Amino acid sequence: MELKEIIFFILATATVLSGWLVVSLKNIIHSAFALLITFFGVGGLFVYLSADFLAATQILIYVGGVMILVLFAIMLSEKVYNVSIFHASKILPGLLVLGGVQVVLLRVMIESPWRIRAGADSVMRPTTEILGGLLLNEYLLPFEVISVLLLAALIGAVVLIRKEVKRRREGACL
Amino acid sequence: MPVISLESYLLVGMMLFAFGMFGIITRKNAISVLLGFELVMNAAGLNFAAFSHFTDKTIHGQVFTLFIIALAAAESVVILALIIAVYQKMNTIQIDEIDSLKG
Repeated sequence: MELKEIIFFILATATVLSGWLVVSLKNIIHSAFALLITFFGVGGLFVYLSADFLAATQILIYVGGVMILVLFAIMLSEKVYNVSIFHASKILPGLLVLGGVQVVLLRVMIESPWRIRAGADSVMRPTTEILGGLLLNEYLLPFEVISVLLLAALIGAVVLIRKEVKRRREGACL
Repeated sequence: MPVISLESYLLVGMMLFAFGMFGIITRKNAISVLLGFELVMNAAGLNFAAFSHFTDKTIHGQVFTLFIIALAAAESVVILALIIAVYQKMNTIQIDEIDSLKG
């Protein structure tokens, strides 16, 4: 194996293992940090797909944004230790779904004749310029819709949190 | 089979997706369910990027991954806001204890 294949193997293994830790660890803080490793692993895999902009976005948005939010929400809400976080009755159906999904997807993956483009491994070119062109020409409408959606999410989050704060202040005044 | 191939990416994506589904089904804590959901979204994005790299000359798949990342971020913000609002009201985020419809 070449060096890059070894690194790829380590990245993929770390991603899958930490993905399993996310759903199996008992402490929710630990599972959040396992998810952090998964995000980094997927970012590394994006680099191997010659998707440099995606890798940077993955690190910036997931690790820098979503992870921080999740950690804040964990610390603001529930006590972390000694919380029962598994449905004991749902573990068997969960395992069935896990196995079923894997079997079906494995069959599709093995039996489908994927048309691999020749020389796909060797191409490593910067993608930011092409992505910008695509977003502002071909995908302009989805781009605008996403921006409206982000605005809606922003306002929605503020409204959801703010109502409760106001009510609590009124209660304190009374 | 070479180590870096479409199949290995699909394998990683499949694992992440299945684990995410498992987490969504088995977890009791609302934030843990959200973590499973993030795994599923990551798996979808990874598959789009892998297909775009291995089977297509253009990078249209990466645009979809960008949209998925934006969607996942927006949704997790709203979900976390909901979780905190529910916690302030009902003092718990265990999803089996949140069973009243009108506060």
